[in-house]
Parts: sequence; C-alpha cells; structure tokens
Amino acid sequence: MSSSASITPPLRPASHPLPGAPDNWRRFFTFNTDAKVIGIQYIVLALFYLLVGGLLAMVIRGELLTPESDLVDPSVYNGLYTMHGTVMLFLFLFPILNGLNNLLIPPMIGAPDMAFPKLNALAFWLFPLFGTLLMLSFFLPGGPSSSGWWAYPPVSTQNPLGHFINGQFVWIVAVALSGVSSILGAVNFVTTILRMRAPGMGWFRMPIFCWTALAAQIIQLVGLPVLTGGAVMLLFDLSFGTSFFQPEGGGDPMLYQHFFWFYSHPAVYVMVLPVFGIFSELFPVYARKPLFGYPLVALASFAITGLSLIVWVHHMFYSGTPQWMRHLFMFSTMLIAVPTGIKVFAWIATLWRGRLRLTTAMLFCLGGLVNFIFAGITGVMLATVPVDIHVGNTYFVVGHFHYVIFNTITFGVYAAIYHWFPKFTGRLLYEGLGKLHFVLTFVGSTLNFLPMHWAGLMGMPRRVASYDPEFALANVLASLGAFLLGVATIPFLLNLVSSWVRGEKAGPNPWNAIGLEWLLPSPPPLENFEDDVPTVLNAPYGYGLDRPLVADEERYVQRSQRA
Amino acid sequence: MTPLLVAIALAVNLLASLWMQAQVPGWLPVPASAAAPYVDGLFALETAIGTFLFLGCVEVILWSLLFHRSNKYDLDNGDPIEGNTRLEIVWTLIPLVVVMAIAWHTTRVDATLATLGGKERVGGGEQALQVAGRAAAADAGDAGDAGTAGGPIQVIARQWSWEFVYANGVRSTELHLPVDQPAAFELVSLDVIHGFFIPAFRLKQDILPGSVIRYRLTPTRVGRYRLRDSMFSGGYFAANQSDVVVESEADFRRWLQEAAARPLAPSWNAAQESYRRRLERGDRGWAVVPPAPPPMVNVGLDPEAAHEG
Repeated sequence: MSSSASITPPLRPASHPLPGAPDNWRRFFTFNTDAKVIGIQYIVLALFYLLVGGLLAMVIRGELLTPESDLVDPSVYNGLYTMHGTVMLFLFLFPILNGLNNLLIPPMIGAPDMAFPKLNALAFWLFPLFGTLLMLSFFLPGGPSSSGWWAYPPVSTQNPLGHFINGQFVWIVAVALSGVSSILGAVNFVTTILRMRAPGMGWFRMPIFCWTALAAQIIQLVGLPVLTGGAVMLLFDLSFGTSFFQPEGGGDPMLYQHFFWFYSHPAVYVMVLPVFGIFSELFPVYARKPLFGYPLVALASFAITGLSLIVWVHHMFYSGTPQWMRHLFMFSTMLIAVPTGIKVFAWIATLWRGRLRLTTAMLFCLGGLVNFIFAGITGVMLATVPVDIHVGNTYFVVGHFHYVIFNTITFGVYAAIYHWFPKFTGRLLYEGLGKLHFVLTFVGSTLNFLPMHWAGLMGMPRRVASYDPEFALANVLASLGAFLLGVATIPFLLNLVSSWVRGEKAGPNPWNAIGLEWLLPSPPPLENFEDDVPTVLNAPYGYGLDRPLVADEERYVQRSQRA
Repeated sequence: MTPLLVAIALAVNLLASLWMQAQVPGWLPVPASAAAPYVDGLFALETAIGTFLFLGCVEVILWSLLFHRSNKYDLDNGDPIEGNTRLEIVWTLIPLVVVMAIAWHTTRVDATLATLGGKERVGGGEQALQVAGRAAAADAGDAGDAGTAGGPIQVIARQWSWEFVYANGVRSTELHLPVDQPAAFELVSLDVIHGFFIPAFRLKQDILPGSVIRYRLTPTRVGRYRLRDSMFSGGYFAANQSDVVVESEADFRRWLQEAAARPLAPSWNAAQESYRRRLERGDRGWAVVPPAPPPMVNVGLDPEAAHEG
C-alpha cells in the first residue's frame, strides 16, 4: 500500500455525478465546485466565444477584401476589430487555458481538487458575467468600445455621445472583472501546485505543464494588479473627470501605456507558457522518448517569467522613448530568445530518433512548433529598434502577433483538446475529422497571417478600415485564409459534439502515455485518486527507461482499467 | 546523419539565407531617406540569420518525420535519451551570442540614425502651437529668406488631417522637402495620439498630445511618397493620409514661393468626405467624433496624385 504521509486529501462525498456522465448536463449550469466541471465550463464557453471572435474576424476580413471602406461604416469597423481582440484574448484564450489548468493540474499532481474550490467556482462565474457585459455593449446606442484592445487615451476617453454608460465604460468594467477573475484563478492554481502535490513529487518530478502553469500564474499575480489599476484610472478619466492621462489637466497619456504594457506584454507569456507545457507533455508521448533536458526546460519557464516583466517598453519604441531606454529594453527583449530557444531545441531533440506517431494532437504540436520558430524570428526582428520603428504598428506586427496567438497558442490548445479529450469524457475523438481540421487550420492560418508580414513591410498600418490599392493582393490572400479558418471550425465542432455523444470508448490510457492522469479511469472519479494517492518515485516522461513513475504502478493501472 | 550530409545541409542553408537576404529590397517600398539603407540592411541581415536558423530547425524536424515514423499501433519506444549537458550548453549559448551580437550592432545603427530630438511637455494643443511656433519664428528670423526651408517645420496632427507649417508662414497639407538636406520638425497633436509614418523613409514617430517632439530626417530620393497615421486615432483613422513630396532644391524653393502667394483655403479632406456621406445616409453606424474642420492652407491635398511608396 502506498502512503500519503505529507498530504491528506480532504474527503468529501460526491454531491454530484461525474463529469462526462451524460445523464446530468444541468451540473454545468450550477455553482459547481468540482475542478473538472469548472474546467469543462470554461472550455465550452470559451469555444462559444471563439466562434463569436471568429465571426467578427470574418466581417473584418470581408471589409479588408477591397481597399475601400465599403462593407461597414469605419466607426463600426473600429468597434468590430476592438471587440475581436477583446473577445479572443479575454473570452477565448485566457478562459480556455484556465479550463485546461482546472482539468489538468489536479490529476497531474495527484490532488483531489483545486485548493479553494469555492473561489474557483466564483472565478469561473465572473467569466459569463463579463462576457455577457461585453456582448451587451454591442447594443448600446453608440456601439461597443472602439478604441482598440489597448484602449489608449485620449482616444478611449473621448466619449463622442457623452452618455455615462457607453461602450468604453462597459469595456473597462468587463476588463477589470476579467482581471479579478484571473487573479482569483491564479491564487488557486499557485496554491494548488505549491501545496497539493502527491507524496514524492518534488519540483523535478513535476510535469512541465504544471511548471509552466505556475510560471504563467505568477505573472498574473504580479502584472494584473497594475493593469487593473490602470483600467480604474482610465475609468475615472472617462467618467468622473479626472486627468491621470489628460495633458490638459497635467496628466500624461504615456503613463497609461506603461501601465497597460507592464501587464499586457507578459500576458502573452501567460498564454504561451501553458502551450509550451502542452508541447513538452505531448512530444514525449508521440515520439515515445523522454523530454530532452527536462530540468533545463522546466527552469527556462521561470527565466521567461522573470524576463517577461522587464521588456514592456519595446511596445513604445516609437512613442518618444529616449534612446538609452530603447536600447535597455531591446537587450532585455532579445534575452527572451535564450529560454525560448532552450525549449524549442529541446522539443526538436525530443523528436530526434524517436518513434513518431502522427496523431491529430501531434500534428497540431508540430505545426505549432514550426509556426512558433517563425514567430520567434520575427519577434527578434521586432526587438531591434530601427526595424521596429519601420514595422511597428503595421500589419507586420499583426502577422507576428497572430503567429504567436493563433498559429502557436491556439494550435497548442487544439493539440491539448485532442490529447486530453478522451481522459475527461471517456470518448475518443475521430482522427479523420481531426486531421481534416488540422489541414484546413494550417493552410488557412498560413494564408491568413503570412501575407500580413509583407503588407506591413510595405507600410500598411494596422487597424485601418481602408487601404491603398498596393496592399490589395496581401489582403485578398489574408481574407481567403480567414474564411478557410472559419470553415475549419466545422469539422472540429462536429467532432467534439458527435464524439462526446457516441465516440469510441477511450479506456484509461489511449495514447499509452506516462503521467499520473493516465493512471486514473477516463473520466476520472470526482476526487481523482481519492484517499489512495500514489507516491511518485521518478521524473516524468520515462519512455523507454523501464522505471516506474509511482510506487505500486501496476495496481493503479489495473484499478483504472476496472473502473 | 553523416558529417558530410550535415555539411551539405549547412551549405545549402547558407546559400538559401543569402538568397533570402537578396530578396529583401523587393519586400519594401523604395528607400528614400538617409535612414532607409541602414534599416533595410539590418532587416536583411536578420532575414539571413533567421532563414538559416529556421531552415536548420525545420530540416531536423522533417528528417525525424521522414525517417523516425512509426505506425499508430507500434508502441515501441524511441532511444531513451534524457539530455546531453554539452549540447544544452551549446544551444543556450548560440542564441545568446546571436541576439546579443544583433543588439550590439543595432545600437551602432541607431546612433547613426539619431532621428529623435528633445521632447517638451506642454498643457495642451494651444500651448503646443505656441511653443512650436516660437522656435520656428526664431529660426525664420535667422534665415530671413522665404525661399529656404528655414527653421523646423511644424507638423500639426488632428482628427483627421495633417498640416505642415513652414518657417515663412506657408501652410500645406502636403509635406514638401528638398532632397539631400536635413529637415527638422516639431510634432504637435491637437487631440489624440497620432503616428507620423513615412514607409519610404522607414521612419515613424508618435505625436503625443501634451508634448512638442523635435524630430529630424534627411530625404535622399526625389519622388512622391505616402505619409500615414500609424497610431490608431479613432473614427476616420485610415483616411488620415497625406503625401511627402521630395524635390530638388530649386523645385522646392519655387514651390515655397508660389505657395506663399496663394490664398488660404480649406484643403480636401478624406475624413470630411466620409463623414458627409455618413450624415447623408442618416448618421447610421456607431459613435464617432466629428472630424475637425479641414485646415486652412495655401496648398491643399490632391487625392488623385500617384505615390511611389
């Protein structure tokens, strides 16, 4: 028998059925404190908002199909692109990654649930609240916020109609609520990882996904208070006549940019770090090799956390930043290439002389990796001051950003869904539809985001509703790619729904993977290992090393198969 | 892989990188300022280094995909390699050295460009115009000749127009500059943040309300180029474009003299046109700040003129 000496999981009776059980869908609409229910709540609602954000993107790309502003009024275009960015970041990527955290962290470390289940449910229920607020802002008389997702003053504080409740007002309130929700989530994830690991799971026996989740959530705790403070000041400037950022009252619009980017640059790392975790989990499974250089890959996550907090001024190279400050932040930004390089090379070395299985999850990982290498190279270009001064605020940046946010992060999220769907629903996804989804997504996203770099180099500013005819070719290609991405969601959603209803039964470990979550039945019981938490004996990813991950491994395997 | 194969791959990648570096001018507008060759050179260098690294990574991934595949029912393990300290040190150091070298090189390029002058904080639009006008008047006094550019050119950005005021008092919505002569600017915004962006010059500077920013550049090629607002400035942001006309010293003098003789008149303004159409259609759409009246200028904007870059 294994003992769980250091940690005694609190025992609670199952007050609700297991997630994945088709008999009681109502639990997803309640204040449920089960991390696995909350995880699915996050993911399903986030996927709904992916469709909303995607729809907005397709209207944007429809407008940009021709040089003239002819599909929607420019004021409508500004609102659409603002809400596209806002929805995709605050209502799709952050929530879906929180969903994955909720599903994956407790089983991966052998915990029964999150450290603070009620806080967890509260953090989730703020999400539909601020999501609904943002959606309702479309129906305000002046329309939603239309100052871009940066909401730079003084544009964001102009309030043309003079109404107290306006799109910008609702936007700021929603972003502040999203910040509160993320801080609550971060407290929970950090505490859970620090305090609730299985016996024997020291730092260097912890899966990389948990390392990266910890590294990312620490950024949330450090950075979000700054953004939320900046948002409150902006709200006061907008609605209560203060002038923190208004030069007429002695304020400075640059101050807001510092508040904004101090968090919003690291925010990209909050999103990309868990995806580095996903890559680090999946490459070993589908190459059947240990993760190359696991300790260094783990530590590199924290190097990224540290560096992410000292690079924000690279968004302001052309904002009147003095030369010495540009150079300081160029050097710090350049340094990020080192820990990310360590990770990229480690993944490639993990593939080397492996036995690769090209499942859908693996395809999304490989596609995401290649895209990320490209995005890293354009990122270094953007870090160099003179190049940034030419391509900054042009479509080059839009292309680079989407290579990170979609072609890397969203690819990683898709990979995670294909990989862990069977664990939490007990059903396999159809590989055929999955591969169709991958091919359409890869072709669509390349067509969409690659030509944007060229348009930016030629001098097309970002956020324009109309453009000079010389940019037409790049924009037509991008629009075709965007429509293809819209088509790509059809096999994906079809796959999710039909597989969940009547997909093939998965069994506890369909990918023959090593990890605590794969020692549980699919779907796992309410409190994962319940009162029988395994003792971890070794580092993860022991493929081909002939060593047990946990004491009494065979017993856990058999127990998971019996369930 | 044998060492020979690696050597061949590296040689091919090197050639491919040099080829990519040679393609860079084709992806950019014509270079028309003293800064442009430096920016283009730096970008081309980064393109070459980036291509080399990208190809190297992708080739190793492709090699693994081609020769280390197994079918989905084959659950044998790969080689259980957990790491290699020497290799890990190498791939920590290579990116470190590469990016630090690029950054070091960049600081030297940047010192050559030196476009950004000082910044003076002011309370608002009126005060900004006074501060900028003072310097221009002083410099015009020195030059005393209506035929030269004289002191710094005031760049006044509004929602949504550009206005350029020369030391001799000429007002224009087109920016005319003599070729191969350093030009000095004072950048002023009367409402929100705008971006002073001339792609053919490879230069961009935000114009901040509450600041007068001094800026300088040297055009090096005769032609007509686009000037775009690069920082999102609200409703008709995309329409906030103008042209930069770089001409010979003699042509520039002639233009300045002829302009001074012309009466002030409102310039053609794209934002006004759009706003008028919106009102004609019943003011539908989401909230928008009405455009500022078009500036009263000696030389207005010609929407039909063809630009080069």
